[in-house]
Amino acid sequence: MKRLSHYVESAAAILLAVIWISPLLFAFWAAFHSTSDAVNFNLMSSWTLDNFRVAWDGAPWLQYFLNTFLLVTIVLIGQFFFTTLAGFAFAKLEFPGKNFVFILVLMQLFILPEVLIVENYAMVSRLGLFDTLFGVGMPYMASAFGIFLMRQSFKSVPIELHEAARIEGCGLLGILWRVYVPLAKPTYLAYALVSVSTHWNNFLWPLIVTNSPETRPLTVGLSIFGAPENGVDISIISAATMMSVAPLLIAFLVFQRQFVQAFLRAGIK
Amino acid sequence: MSKHVNMERRRQAIYGWLMLSPAALMLSVFAFYPSGATFFSSLFSRHTRRKPSEFTGLENYNDLFADPTFWLVVKNNLFYAAITVPVSIGIALAMALWANSKIPARGFVRTAYFTPTVLPMIAAANLWLFFYTPGLGVLDQIGALFGFASVNWLGQPETALWAIIFVTIWKEAGFFMIFYLAALQTIPEDYKEAADIEGTSRWTYTRRIVLPLLMPTTLFILVNAMINSVKLIDHLFILTKGGPSDASKLILYYIWEMAFAFFDAPHAAALTILVLSVLCIVAAIQFLYLDRRTHYQ
Repeated sequence: MKRLSHYVESAAAILLAVIWISPLLFAFWAAFHSTSDAVNFNLMSSWTLDNFRVAWDGAPWLQYFLNTFLLVTIVLIGQFFFTTLAGFAFAKLEFPGKNFVFILVLMQLFILPEVLIVENYAMVSRLGLFDTLFGVGMPYMASAFGIFLMRQSFKSVPIELHEAARIEGCGLLGILWRVYVPLAKPTYLAYALVSVSTHWNNFLWPLIVTNSPETRPLTVGLSIFGAPENGVDISIISAATMMSVAPLLIAFLVFQRQFVQAFLRAGIK
Repeated sequence: MSKHVNMERRRQAIYGWLMLSPAALMLSVFAFYPSGATFFSSLFSRHTRRKPSEFTGLENYNDLFADPTFWLVVKNNLFYAAITVPVSIGIALAMALWANSKIPARGFVRTAYFTPTVLPMIAAANLWLFFYTPGLGVLDQIGALFGFASVNWLGQPETALWAIIFVTIWKEAGFFMIFYLAALQTIPEDYKEAADIEGTSRWTYTRRIVLPLLMPTTLFILVNAMINSVKLIDHLFILTKGGPSDASKLILYYIWEMAFAFFDAPHAAALTILVLSVLCIVAAIQFLYLDRRTHYQ
Protein backbone atom coordinates (compact mmCIF):
# COMPACT_ATOMS: atom_id res chain seq x y z
CA MET A 1 0.00 0.00 0.00
CA LYS A 2 2.73 2.39 1.02
CA ARG A 3 4.80 1.38 -1.99
CA LEU A 4 1.81 1.98 -4.25
CA SER A 5 1.16 5.49 -2.97
CA HIS A 6 4.86 6.22 -3.38
CA TYR A 7 4.67 5.21 -7.04
CA VAL A 8 1.52 7.23 -7.61
CA GLU A 9 3.05 10.31 -6.04
CA SER A 10 6.28 9.98 -7.98
CA ALA A 11 4.32 9.63 -11.18
CA ALA A 12 2.25 12.72 -10.33
CA ALA A 13 5.35 14.74 -9.49
CA ILE A 14 7.04 13.81 -12.75
CA LEU A 15 3.89 14.37 -14.78
CA LEU A 16 3.58 17.87 -13.32
CA ALA A 17 7.24 18.52 -14.11
CA VAL A 18 6.70 17.43 -17.72
CA ILE A 19 3.65 19.69 -18.02
CA TRP A 20 5.58 22.58 -16.47
CA ILE A 21 8.54 22.29 -18.82
CA SER A 22 6.52 21.49 -21.94
CA PRO A 23 5.87 25.06 -23.18
CA LEU A 24 9.59 25.61 -23.23
CA LEU A 25 10.25 22.28 -24.97
CA PHE A 26 7.61 22.97 -27.62
CA ALA A 27 9.07 26.40 -28.32
CA PHE A 28 12.51 24.80 -28.55
CA TRP A 29 11.16 22.25 -30.99
CA ALA A 30 9.37 24.88 -33.05
CA ALA A 31 12.40 27.15 -33.16
CA PHE A 32 14.43 24.48 -34.95
CA HIS A 33 11.78 23.36 -37.45
CA SER A 34 9.93 24.87 -40.35
CA THR A 35 6.49 26.14 -39.37
CA SER A 36 4.57 23.32 -41.03
CA ASP A 37 6.79 20.62 -39.50
CA ALA A 38 6.49 22.34 -36.12
CA VAL A 39 2.72 22.45 -35.97
CA ASN A 40 2.31 18.94 -37.39
CA PHE A 41 4.80 17.51 -34.86
CA ASN A 42 6.51 15.65 -37.62
CA LEU A 43 9.16 13.88 -35.55
CA MET A 44 11.09 12.72 -38.61
CA SER A 45 11.44 16.20 -40.06
CA SER A 46 14.85 17.76 -40.35
CA TRP A 47 16.22 20.38 -38.00
CA THR A 48 16.98 23.83 -39.32
CA LEU A 49 18.52 27.12 -38.23
CA ASP A 50 16.54 29.16 -40.75
CA ASN A 51 14.13 30.52 -38.15
CA PHE A 52 17.02 31.98 -36.19
CA ARG A 53 18.44 33.53 -39.33
CA VAL A 54 15.12 35.17 -40.21
CA ALA A 55 14.47 36.29 -36.62
CA TRP A 56 17.97 37.68 -36.26
CA ASP A 57 17.58 39.78 -39.40
CA GLY A 58 14.16 41.00 -38.34
CA ALA A 59 15.24 43.25 -35.48
CA PRO A 60 18.39 44.88 -34.04
CA TRP A 61 18.86 42.11 -31.48
CA LEU A 62 22.49 42.87 -30.80
CA GLN A 63 21.50 46.38 -29.82
CA TYR A 64 18.68 45.03 -27.64
CA PHE A 65 21.03 42.62 -25.90
CA LEU A 66 23.49 45.42 -25.30
CA ASN A 67 20.73 47.68 -23.95
CA THR A 68 19.48 45.03 -21.55
CA PHE A 69 23.01 44.26 -20.45
CA LEU A 70 23.78 47.95 -19.80
CA LEU A 71 20.43 48.43 -18.09
CA VAL A 72 20.89 45.62 -15.58
CA THR A 73 24.44 46.82 -14.93
CA ILE A 74 23.36 50.41 -14.30
CA VAL A 75 20.53 49.30 -12.03
CA LEU A 76 22.79 46.96 -10.09
CA ILE A 77 25.54 49.53 -9.52
CA GLY A 78 22.98 52.11 -8.43
CA GLN A 79 21.28 49.65 -6.12
CA PHE A 80 24.57 48.63 -4.49
CA PHE A 81 25.45 52.26 -3.86
CA PHE A 82 22.12 53.43 -2.42
CA THR A 83 21.20 50.32 -0.46
CA THR A 84 24.67 49.87 1.09
CA LEU A 85 24.71 53.38 2.55
CA ALA A 86 21.10 53.34 3.71
CA GLY A 87 21.25 49.75 4.96
CA PHE A 88 24.32 50.56 7.03
CA ALA A 89 22.72 53.67 8.53
CA PHE A 90 19.64 51.66 9.53
CA ALA A 91 21.64 48.73 10.89
CA LYS A 92 24.46 50.33 12.83
CA LEU A 93 23.82 54.01 13.54
CA GLU A 94 21.52 55.63 16.05
CA PHE A 95 19.94 58.91 15.11
CA PRO A 96 16.65 60.70 15.71
CA GLY A 97 13.94 59.97 13.18
CA LYS A 98 15.48 56.62 12.19
CA ASN A 99 12.48 54.47 12.99
CA PHE A 100 10.07 56.81 11.30
CA VAL A 101 12.12 56.83 8.11
CA PHE A 102 12.45 53.06 8.27
CA ILE A 103 8.68 52.69 8.29
CA LEU A 104 8.50 54.98 5.26
CA VAL A 105 11.00 52.74 3.50
CA LEU A 106 8.99 49.63 4.37
CA MET A 107 5.91 51.32 2.94
CA GLN A 108 7.67 51.60 -0.37
CA LEU A 109 7.64 47.79 -0.51
CA PHE A 110 3.96 48.17 -1.27
CA ILE A 111 4.03 51.31 -3.42
CA LEU A 112 5.05 49.35 -6.47
CA PRO A 113 6.96 51.27 -9.13
CA GLU A 114 4.71 49.45 -11.60
CA VAL A 115 1.63 51.17 -10.23
CA LEU A 116 3.12 54.67 -10.30
CA ILE A 117 3.81 54.56 -14.04
CA VAL A 118 1.86 57.72 -14.82
CA GLU A 119 3.68 60.09 -12.47
CA ASN A 120 7.03 58.35 -12.75
CA TYR A 121 6.78 58.86 -16.49
CA ALA A 122 6.14 62.56 -15.90
CA MET A 123 9.07 62.71 -13.49
CA VAL A 124 11.48 60.96 -15.83
CA SER A 125 10.45 63.27 -18.67
CA ARG A 126 10.89 66.32 -16.42
CA LEU A 127 14.41 65.16 -15.56
CA GLY A 128 15.16 64.87 -19.27
CA LEU A 129 15.68 61.11 -18.93
CA PHE A 130 12.90 59.95 -21.26
CA ASP A 131 14.15 57.31 -23.68
CA THR A 132 17.44 56.82 -21.82
CA LEU A 133 18.67 53.76 -19.96
CA PHE A 134 19.04 55.91 -16.84
CA GLY A 135 15.38 56.77 -17.10
CA VAL A 136 14.52 53.08 -17.20
CA GLY A 137 16.79 52.21 -14.29
CA MET A 138 16.48 55.14 -11.85
CA PRO A 139 13.12 54.34 -10.20
CA TYR A 140 14.47 50.96 -9.09
CA MET A 141 17.80 52.07 -7.66
CA ALA A 142 16.85 52.96 -4.08
CA SER A 143 15.01 49.70 -3.68
CA ALA A 144 13.33 49.35 -0.29
CA PHE A 145 13.78 45.62 -0.60
CA GLY A 146 17.53 46.05 -1.11
CA ILE A 147 17.84 48.47 1.81
CA PHE A 148 16.06 45.95 3.98
CA LEU A 149 18.28 43.11 2.79
CA MET A 150 21.48 45.06 3.44
CA ARG A 151 20.29 46.13 6.87
CA GLN A 152 19.71 42.50 7.82
CA SER A 153 23.10 41.49 6.55
CA PHE A 154 25.00 44.33 8.29
CA LYS A 155 23.17 43.71 11.54
CA SER A 156 24.66 40.26 11.82
CA VAL A 157 28.25 41.57 11.72
CA PRO A 158 29.74 41.35 15.26
CA ILE A 159 30.36 44.71 16.86
CA GLU A 160 33.88 43.59 17.92
CA LEU A 161 35.07 43.82 14.32
CA HIS A 162 33.65 47.32 14.09
CA GLU A 163 35.41 48.35 17.33
CA ALA A 164 38.68 46.77 16.28
CA ALA A 165 38.70 48.66 12.99
CA ARG A 166 37.93 51.88 14.82
CA ILE A 167 40.79 51.42 17.25
CA GLU A 168 43.04 50.92 14.24
CA GLY A 169 42.02 54.45 13.25
CA CYS A 170 39.54 53.63 10.54
CA GLY A 171 36.80 56.17 9.80
CA LEU A 172 33.17 55.21 9.55
CA LEU A 173 33.15 54.99 5.76
CA GLY A 174 36.42 53.05 5.92
CA ILE A 175 34.88 50.59 8.36
CA LEU A 176 31.88 50.18 6.07
CA TRP A 177 34.09 49.60 3.04
CA ARG A 178 36.73 47.37 4.67
CA VAL A 179 34.73 45.42 7.24
CA TYR A 180 31.04 45.33 6.40
CA VAL A 181 31.03 45.18 2.61
CA PRO A 182 33.45 42.21 2.36
CA LEU A 183 31.52 40.31 5.03
CA ALA A 184 28.23 40.86 3.18
CA LYS A 185 29.52 39.35 -0.07
CA PRO A 186 27.03 36.45 -0.13
CA THR A 187 24.18 38.91 0.33
CA TYR A 188 25.48 41.07 -2.49
CA LEU A 189 25.72 38.03 -4.73
CA ALA A 190 22.19 36.94 -3.88
CA TYR A 191 20.84 40.41 -4.39
CA ALA A 192 22.69 40.72 -7.70
CA LEU A 193 21.17 37.52 -9.05
CA VAL A 194 17.66 38.52 -8.06
CA SER A 195 18.11 42.05 -9.37
CA VAL A 196 19.62 40.97 -12.69
CA SER A 197 16.90 38.42 -13.39
CA THR A 198 14.15 40.88 -12.37
CA HIS A 199 15.40 43.67 -14.60
CA TRP A 200 16.37 41.40 -17.46
CA ASN A 201 12.72 40.36 -17.49
CA ASN A 202 11.05 43.68 -16.70
CA PHE A 203 8.65 44.92 -19.36
CA LEU A 204 5.94 47.46 -18.55
CA TRP A 205 8.10 50.32 -17.33
CA PRO A 206 10.73 50.00 -20.10
CA LEU A 207 7.87 49.86 -22.61
CA ILE A 208 6.68 53.23 -21.35
CA VAL A 209 9.97 55.12 -21.08
CA THR A 210 11.76 53.86 -24.17
CA ASN A 211 10.91 54.93 -27.65
CA SER A 212 13.79 53.95 -29.91
CA PRO A 213 15.83 50.86 -30.79
CA GLU A 214 18.86 52.55 -29.20
CA THR A 215 17.42 52.22 -25.68
CA ARG A 216 14.82 49.49 -25.96
CA PRO A 217 15.60 46.38 -23.86
CA LEU A 218 15.11 42.83 -25.08
CA THR A 219 11.67 42.28 -23.58
CA VAL A 220 10.22 45.34 -25.32
CA GLY A 221 12.03 44.46 -28.54
CA LEU A 222 10.66 40.92 -28.38
CA SER A 223 7.10 42.14 -27.82
CA ILE A 224 7.32 44.44 -30.84
CA PHE A 225 8.89 41.74 -32.97
CA GLY A 226 6.18 39.23 -32.03
CA ALA A 227 3.24 41.62 -32.39
CA PRO A 228 0.52 40.03 -34.54
CA GLU A 229 0.48 43.15 -36.75
CA ASN A 230 3.93 42.12 -37.95
CA GLY A 231 2.55 38.77 -39.11
CA VAL A 232 5.49 36.72 -37.91
CA ASP A 233 4.86 32.99 -37.76
CA ILE A 234 5.13 30.74 -34.75
CA SER A 235 8.49 29.16 -35.57
CA ILE A 236 10.16 32.50 -35.99
CA ILE A 237 8.61 33.90 -32.80
CA SER A 238 9.81 30.79 -31.00
CA ALA A 239 13.32 31.28 -32.37
CA ALA A 240 13.33 34.93 -31.25
CA THR A 241 11.99 33.93 -27.83
CA MET A 242 14.59 31.21 -27.38
CA MET A 243 17.27 33.67 -28.41
CA SER A 244 16.27 36.28 -25.88
CA VAL A 245 15.84 33.92 -22.96
CA ALA A 246 18.97 31.90 -23.74
CA PRO A 247 21.56 33.90 -21.74
CA LEU A 248 19.58 33.90 -18.51
CA LEU A 249 18.29 30.37 -19.00
CA ILE A 250 21.76 28.92 -19.64
CA ALA A 251 23.15 30.86 -16.69
CA PHE A 252 20.35 29.44 -14.57
CA LEU A 253 20.94 25.87 -15.65
CA VAL A 254 24.68 26.14 -15.02
CA PHE A 255 24.45 27.96 -11.67
CA GLN A 256 21.18 26.38 -10.58
CA ARG A 257 22.16 25.84 -6.99
CA GLN A 258 23.43 29.41 -6.48
CA PHE A 259 20.38 30.79 -8.23
CA VAL A 260 17.91 29.00 -6.02
CA GLN A 261 19.84 29.89 -2.89
CA ALA A 262 19.99 33.50 -4.00
CA PHE A 263 16.24 33.66 -4.36
CA LEU A 264 15.86 32.03 -0.97
CA ARG A 265 18.18 34.37 0.81
CA ALA A 266 16.57 37.38 -0.81
CA GLY A 267 13.06 36.28 -0.03
CA ILE A 268 13.23 34.80 3.41
CA LYS A 269 15.57 37.03 5.37
CA MET B 1 32.51 61.86 29.79
CA SER B 2 28.96 62.99 29.03
CA LYS B 3 30.42 65.50 26.63
CA HIS B 4 32.15 62.66 24.83
CA VAL B 5 28.90 60.67 24.64
CA ASN B 6 27.13 63.71 23.28
CA MET B 7 29.72 64.19 20.59
CA GLU B 8 29.47 60.53 19.58
CA ARG B 9 25.71 60.86 19.38
CA ARG B 10 25.93 63.94 17.20
CA ARG B 11 28.50 62.27 14.98
CA GLN B 12 26.23 59.26 14.48
CA ALA B 13 23.27 61.50 13.70
CA ILE B 14 25.20 63.42 11.08
CA TYR B 15 26.64 60.30 9.47
CA GLY B 16 23.29 58.54 9.68
CA TRP B 17 21.43 61.22 7.82
CA LEU B 18 24.24 61.73 5.32
CA MET B 19 24.25 58.05 4.44
CA LEU B 20 20.51 57.90 4.29
CA SER B 21 20.02 60.99 2.17
CA PRO B 22 20.92 59.56 -1.27
CA ALA B 23 18.39 56.74 -0.90
CA ALA B 24 15.86 59.06 0.77
CA LEU B 25 16.17 61.47 -2.13
CA MET B 26 15.63 58.71 -4.69
CA LEU B 27 12.68 57.26 -2.81
CA SER B 28 11.14 60.71 -2.53
CA VAL B 29 11.58 61.42 -6.23
CA PHE B 30 10.34 58.02 -7.48
CA ALA B 31 7.90 56.84 -4.81
CA PHE B 32 6.64 59.43 -2.35
CA TYR B 33 6.41 62.49 -4.54
CA PRO B 34 4.76 60.54 -7.40
CA SER B 35 2.23 59.09 -4.95
CA GLY B 36 1.32 62.58 -3.78
CA ALA B 37 1.35 63.96 -7.32
CA THR B 38 -0.89 61.13 -8.47
CA PHE B 39 -3.41 62.01 -5.81
CA PHE B 40 -3.18 65.69 -6.71
CA SER B 41 -3.66 65.14 -10.44
CA SER B 42 -6.56 62.78 -9.77
CA LEU B 43 -8.48 65.83 -8.52
CA PHE B 44 -8.15 67.78 -11.75
CA SER B 45 -9.91 67.46 -15.08
CA ARG B 46 -8.13 66.42 -18.22
CA HIS B 47 -6.12 69.04 -20.01
CA THR B 48 -7.28 69.35 -23.62
CA ARG B 49 -6.49 71.82 -26.33
CA ARG B 50 -9.81 73.53 -25.95
CA LYS B 51 -10.00 73.46 -22.17
CA PRO B 52 -7.18 73.78 -19.62
CA SER B 53 -7.37 71.40 -16.68
CA GLU B 54 -9.28 72.62 -13.68
CA PHE B 55 -9.97 71.46 -10.16
CA THR B 56 -12.92 69.08 -10.16
CA GLY B 57 -12.62 67.40 -6.77
CA LEU B 58 -13.72 63.79 -6.79
CA GLU B 59 -15.24 64.02 -10.27
CA ASN B 60 -12.71 61.61 -11.77
CA TYR B 61 -13.53 59.04 -9.12
CA ASN B 62 -17.24 59.47 -9.80
CA ASP B 63 -16.57 58.97 -13.50
CA LEU B 64 -14.75 55.75 -12.72
CA PHE B 65 -17.55 54.47 -10.52
CA ALA B 66 -20.03 55.26 -13.26
CA ASP B 67 -17.94 53.50 -15.88
CA PRO B 68 -19.05 49.89 -16.51
CA THR B 69 -15.59 49.02 -17.85
CA PHE B 70 -14.11 50.01 -14.49
CA TRP B 71 -16.37 47.57 -12.66
CA LEU B 72 -15.69 44.85 -15.22
CA VAL B 73 -11.94 45.34 -14.81
CA VAL B 74 -12.22 45.29 -11.01
CA LYS B 75 -14.29 42.13 -11.22
CA ASN B 76 -11.78 40.55 -13.59
CA ASN B 77 -8.91 41.41 -11.29
CA LEU B 78 -10.69 40.07 -8.21
CA PHE B 79 -11.40 36.87 -10.08
CA TYR B 80 -7.80 36.76 -11.29
CA ALA B 81 -6.60 37.11 -7.68
CA ALA B 82 -9.19 34.68 -6.29
CA ILE B 83 -7.94 31.94 -8.64
CA THR B 84 -4.22 32.62 -9.03
CA VAL B 85 -3.46 33.22 -5.33
CA PRO B 86 -4.82 29.99 -3.79
CA VAL B 87 -4.08 27.75 -6.78
CA SER B 88 -0.47 28.83 -7.20
CA ILE B 89 0.09 28.52 -3.44
CA GLY B 90 -1.46 25.03 -3.46
CA ILE B 91 0.59 23.90 -6.43
CA ALA B 92 3.71 25.44 -4.92
CA LEU B 93 3.14 23.47 -1.72
CA ALA B 94 2.64 20.21 -3.62
CA MET B 95 5.75 20.92 -5.68
CA ALA B 96 7.81 21.60 -2.57
CA LEU B 97 6.61 18.46 -0.78
CA TRP B 98 7.44 16.39 -3.86
CA ALA B 99 10.73 18.06 -4.59
CA ASN B 100 11.70 17.46 -0.97
CA SER B 101 10.75 13.77 -0.87
CA LYS B 102 12.63 10.80 -2.24
CA ILE B 103 11.32 10.53 -5.76
CA PRO B 104 13.14 9.46 -8.92
CA ALA B 105 14.55 12.21 -11.16
CA ARG B 106 14.34 14.77 -8.37
CA GLY B 107 16.89 17.08 -9.98
CA PHE B 108 14.90 17.23 -13.20
CA VAL B 109 11.65 17.76 -11.31
CA ARG B 110 13.03 20.69 -9.32
CA THR B 111 14.53 22.32 -12.39
CA ALA B 112 11.31 21.89 -14.36
CA TYR B 113 9.24 23.48 -11.61
CA PHE B 114 11.53 26.45 -11.17
CA THR B 115 12.45 27.24 -14.79
CA PRO B 116 9.42 29.43 -15.63
CA THR B 117 10.56 31.81 -12.88
CA VAL B 118 13.66 32.89 -14.79
CA LEU B 119 11.79 33.59 -18.03
CA PRO B 120 10.44 37.06 -18.83
CA MET B 121 6.65 37.23 -18.75
CA ILE B 122 6.77 38.37 -22.38
CA ALA B 123 8.69 35.27 -23.40
CA ALA B 124 6.33 33.10 -21.36
CA ALA B 125 3.42 34.64 -23.23
CA ASN B 126 5.08 33.84 -26.55
CA LEU B 127 5.54 30.22 -25.47
CA TRP B 128 1.91 29.94 -24.49
CA LEU B 129 0.74 31.55 -27.71
CA PHE B 130 1.89 28.34 -29.37
CA PHE B 131 -0.43 26.41 -27.03
CA TYR B 132 -3.46 28.62 -27.39
CA THR B 133 -3.50 29.36 -31.13
CA PRO B 134 -6.76 27.99 -32.54
CA GLY B 135 -6.38 25.07 -34.95
CA LEU B 136 -2.60 24.89 -34.97
CA GLY B 137 -1.97 25.26 -31.23
CA VAL B 138 -0.89 22.38 -29.01
CA LEU B 139 -4.09 22.45 -26.93
CA ASP B 140 -6.29 22.17 -29.99
CA GLN B 141 -4.20 19.38 -31.44
CA ILE B 142 -4.45 17.42 -28.20
CA GLY B 143 -8.17 18.16 -28.15
CA ALA B 144 -8.51 16.93 -31.74
CA LEU B 145 -6.99 13.57 -30.72
CA PHE B 146 -9.96 13.13 -28.40
CA GLY B 147 -12.41 14.47 -30.94
CA PHE B 148 -13.00 17.92 -29.44
CA ALA B 149 -13.71 20.85 -31.69
CA SER B 150 -11.18 23.66 -32.07
CA VAL B 151 -11.41 26.33 -29.36
CA ASN B 152 -10.29 29.93 -29.73
CA TRP B 153 -8.96 30.12 -26.16
CA LEU B 154 -7.80 33.73 -26.36
CA GLY B 155 -10.52 34.99 -28.64
CA GLN B 156 -13.68 34.30 -26.68
CA PRO B 157 -14.76 36.06 -23.49
CA GLU B 158 -15.47 32.84 -21.56
CA THR B 159 -11.93 31.48 -21.81
CA ALA B 160 -9.63 34.49 -22.33
CA LEU B 161 -9.21 35.34 -18.66
CA TRP B 162 -8.68 31.67 -17.81
CA ALA B 163 -5.92 31.48 -20.39
CA ILE B 164 -4.26 34.49 -18.73
CA ILE B 165 -4.72 32.98 -15.27
CA PHE B 166 -3.11 29.74 -16.32
CA VAL B 167 0.04 31.46 -17.55
CA THR B 168 0.32 33.41 -14.29
CA ILE B 169 0.04 30.25 -12.19
CA TRP B 170 2.58 28.53 -14.40
CA LYS B 171 4.96 31.45 -13.97
CA GLU B 172 4.76 31.97 -10.21
CA ALA B 173 4.15 28.52 -8.65
CA GLY B 174 7.79 27.49 -9.02
CA PHE B 175 8.92 30.72 -7.42
CA PHE B 176 6.73 30.15 -4.37
CA MET B 177 7.88 26.53 -4.20
CA ILE B 178 11.37 27.74 -3.35
CA PHE B 179 10.16 29.40 -0.16
CA TYR B 180 8.33 26.27 0.90
CA LEU B 181 11.39 24.16 0.11
CA ALA B 182 13.52 26.36 2.34
CA ALA B 183 10.98 26.17 5.16
CA LEU B 184 10.69 22.38 4.80
CA GLN B 185 14.41 22.01 5.23
CA THR B 186 14.27 23.74 8.62
CA ILE B 187 11.85 21.14 10.03
CA PRO B 188 13.90 18.76 12.22
CA GLU B 189 14.11 15.09 11.18
CA ASP B 190 13.10 14.04 14.72
CA TYR B 191 9.50 15.02 14.13
CA LYS B 192 9.26 12.61 11.25
CA GLU B 193 10.89 9.85 13.26
CA ALA B 194 8.62 10.45 16.23
CA ALA B 195 5.60 10.35 13.94
CA ASP B 196 6.83 7.10 12.38
CA ILE B 197 7.28 5.48 15.80
CA GLU B 198 3.74 6.51 16.72
CA GLY B 199 2.60 4.88 13.50
CA THR B 200 1.17 8.14 12.17
CA SER B 201 0.26 8.09 8.51
CA ARG B 202 2.13 10.41 6.16
CA TRP B 203 -1.03 12.33 5.44
CA THR B 204 -1.66 13.01 9.13
CA TYR B 205 1.97 13.97 9.65
CA THR B 206 1.78 16.43 6.77
CA ARG B 207 -1.50 17.89 7.89
CA ARG B 208 -0.84 18.09 11.64
CA ILE B 209 2.90 18.81 11.79
CA VAL B 210 4.20 20.12 8.47
CA LEU B 211 1.41 22.48 7.44
CA PRO B 212 1.24 24.33 10.79
CA LEU B 213 5.02 24.75 10.75
CA LEU B 214 4.77 26.19 7.23
CA MET B 215 2.20 28.78 8.29
CA PRO B 216 4.56 31.81 8.46
CA THR B 217 5.88 30.92 5.00
CA THR B 218 2.36 30.60 3.67
CA LEU B 219 1.48 34.06 4.95
CA PHE B 220 4.59 35.53 3.41
CA ILE B 221 3.80 33.89 0.08
CA LEU B 222 0.20 35.00 0.35
CA VAL B 223 1.19 38.66 0.56
CA ASN B 224 3.54 38.22 -2.40
CA ALA B 225 0.89 36.43 -4.42
CA MET B 226 -1.60 39.19 -3.71
CA ILE B 227 0.86 41.85 -4.85
CA ASN B 228 1.57 39.76 -7.96
CA SER B 229 -2.11 39.69 -8.81
CA VAL B 230 -1.83 43.45 -9.29
CA LYS B 231 1.61 43.42 -10.88
CA LEU B 232 1.72 40.47 -13.28
CA ILE B 233 0.05 41.76 -16.43
CA ASP B 234 2.84 41.72 -19.02
CA HIS B 235 1.41 38.68 -20.80
CA LEU B 236 -1.80 40.60 -21.57
CA PHE B 237 0.19 42.66 -24.05
CA ILE B 238 0.99 39.54 -26.07
CA LEU B 239 -1.93 37.23 -25.51
CA THR B 240 -5.18 39.22 -25.40
CA LYS B 241 -4.56 42.96 -25.00
CA GLY B 242 -7.36 42.84 -22.45
CA GLY B 243 -9.88 41.57 -24.96
CA PRO B 244 -12.15 40.28 -26.31
CA SER B 245 -14.49 43.09 -25.25
CA ASP B 246 -12.48 43.70 -22.04
CA ALA B 247 -13.10 40.15 -20.80
CA SER B 248 -9.48 39.68 -19.74
CA LYS B 249 -8.56 43.28 -18.88
CA LEU B 250 -6.84 43.77 -15.51
CA ILE B 251 -6.47 46.95 -13.48
CA LEU B 252 -2.82 47.75 -14.13
CA TYR B 253 -3.30 47.15 -17.85
CA TYR B 254 -6.32 49.46 -17.75
CA ILE B 255 -4.22 52.15 -16.04
CA TRP B 256 -1.59 51.80 -18.73
CA GLU B 257 -4.21 51.94 -21.47
CA MET B 258 -5.90 55.03 -20.05
CA ALA B 259 -2.65 56.89 -19.55
CA PHE B 260 -0.64 55.88 -22.59
CA ALA B 261 -3.15 54.79 -25.20
CA PHE B 262 -6.04 57.17 -24.47
CA PHE B 263 -3.89 59.92 -22.90
CA ASP B 264 -6.32 60.36 -20.05
CA ALA B 265 -3.91 60.86 -17.15
CA PRO B 266 -6.41 62.18 -14.55
CA HIS B 267 -8.60 59.09 -14.66
CA ALA B 268 -5.53 56.85 -14.69
CA ALA B 269 -4.35 58.76 -11.61
CA ALA B 270 -7.66 58.23 -9.83
CA LEU B 271 -7.49 54.51 -10.56
CA THR B 272 -3.86 54.42 -9.39
CA ILE B 273 -4.90 55.98 -6.08
CA LEU B 274 -7.55 53.32 -5.62
CA VAL B 275 -4.99 50.57 -6.24
CA LEU B 276 -2.51 52.21 -3.86
CA SER B 277 -5.17 52.35 -1.14
CA VAL B 278 -5.82 48.64 -1.51
CA LEU B 279 -2.08 47.93 -1.40
CA CYS B 280 -1.79 50.06 1.75
CA ILE B 281 -4.54 48.00 3.38
CA VAL B 282 -2.63 44.83 2.47
CA ALA B 283 0.49 46.39 3.95
CA ALA B 284 -1.32 47.37 7.14
CA ILE B 285 -2.67 43.84 7.54
CA GLN B 286 0.78 42.45 7.02
CA PHE B 287 2.37 44.72 9.61
CA LEU B 288 -0.39 44.44 12.18
CA TYR B 289 -1.33 40.80 12.06
CA LEU B 290 1.40 38.76 10.51
CA ASP B 291 4.29 37.43 12.44
CA ARG B 292 6.82 40.22 12.22
CA ARG B 293 9.68 38.27 13.56
CA THR B 294 9.61 35.73 10.78
CA HIS B 295 10.52 38.13 8.03
CA TYR B 296 11.15 41.57 9.41
CA GLN B 297 13.39 40.99 12.38
